[in-house]
Amino acid sequence: MKQNSISERLINGLVKENPTFVLMLGMCPTLAVTTSAVNGLGMGLTTMVVLALSNMFISLLRKVIPDKVRIPAFIVVIASFVTVVELLLKAFIPFLYAALGLYIPLIVVNCIILGRAEAYASKNDVVSSLFDGIGMGLGFTCALTIIGAVRELLGAGQVFGVNVMPASYVPCSIFVLAPGAFFVLAVLTAIQNKVKLEGEKKGKDMSKIQSGCNSDCMNCKESGCSRRMIDASETKDDLEVIEITEENDLPDVNTDKEEKNDD
Amino acid sequence: MIKDLLIIMISSSLVSNVVLSQFLGLCPFLGVSKKTSTAAGMGTAVIFVITLASAVAGAIYKYILKPFDLTYLQTIVFILVIAALVQFVEMFLKKFMKALYQALGVYLPLITTNCAVLGVALTNVQKNYGILTGIVNGFATAVGFTISIVILAGIREKMEYNDIPESFKGMPIVLVTAGLMAIAFCGFSGLL
Repeated sequence: MKQNSISERLINGLVKENPTFVLMLGMCPTLAVTTSAVNGLGMGLTTMVVLALSNMFISLLRKVIPDKVRIPAFIVVIASFVTVVELLLKAFIPFLYAALGLYIPLIVVNCIILGRAEAYASKNDVVSSLFDGIGMGLGFTCALTIIGAVRELLGAGQVFGVNVMPASYVPCSIFVLAPGAFFVLAVLTAIQNKVKLEGEKKGKDMSKIQSGCNSDCMNCKESGCSRRMIDASETKDDLEVIEITEENDLPDVNTDKEEKNDD
Repeated sequence: MIKDLLIIMISSSLVSNVVLSQFLGLCPFLGVSKKTSTAAGMGTAVIFVITLASAVAGAIYKYILKPFDLTYLQTIVFILVIAALVQFVEMFLKKFMKALYQALGVYLPLITTNCAVLGVALTNVQKNYGILTGIVNGFATAVGFTISIVILAGIREKMEYNDIPESFKGMPIVLVTAGLMAIAFCGFSGLL
């Protein structure tokens, strides 16, 4: 399949680099909102809209945004789209807004979105970035819906609010409560480990399967969110220096710069 | 007043624990919990940053966003303010409080866009907390984070020598542990 074509991007997001099952990114919302299939679907679609729009916009602006301030610029773009989507949900789908609550504004700090902006949209053209966002978003949506359906099935005997279990089934309500989320994710990562181990035995390249920043925050400089934080800190340093210069606090600026050179 | 603050303290730190029942700040919770000492360091840094961030975010909301009717900009403003604030704190500590910087410096960049920090700032606004109540809520939330990350690190240190099934090694067993801790923390719901 051709690199960067529309269908390649969609399949990449859905299967090859599925953000939840393969890359293990954005775990906070994955655990928090998947108490039912409907909530999972809603959260997934909301994230997909933000992801597609921000990817498209960042790709449009990729030649305008200076490299040094790109992380704050990306965050502003993403936060603006999140606000737009939040207001739209509040106005038109109030029940979903009530169910997802705090987790809608928290889409801003979802690793997937900044990760895709940094890794893909800032380097590629508009159309493939848009479809990269849609593909990744679809992958995220599918994963959340599946996890939500499993938790709802075990915890309430329903899927999408429809009773599917026989009447004699006693729901194991722990699965819709907080601890259930951890257990479901534990089983998921165990399956992932199993696949990885067996693949390695057969000599396949399994380096793509990773556990996001779950493995060790202090060491994952190259992937996941800690890299972007380090990037952000550098750019923020520069911003701060500019602000100080405006206040004519020159000695401070000099010492700051010296300190930076020491690094 | 003091009674209200006490109730907020207990509910934010134990009953609705930020990690174990709200799933905020999972990345550092799972990623920096290999040793008790680093977990405690991370916890201290989080307490410091969240308390400060909720004070600053609360003040900005009350004195800038609210009077000018700009509350819909809260997400954008908060995330930028928090990111800049963490950076500023890091520079300040580096320059004036060397000892504290050496203790907390490594952890600060990891917290910049931690969802717990933004989450607390937004919760304070959603629940209509004043600045003081917001600070207390932020402090209590961060204490809850520290309690749970230190406990998890302690359990993980003990678990080093256990015989764990091959595919459950690493993250899965930590998540099972976290799940069991979450069940234990459910017990606190009777406190209020």
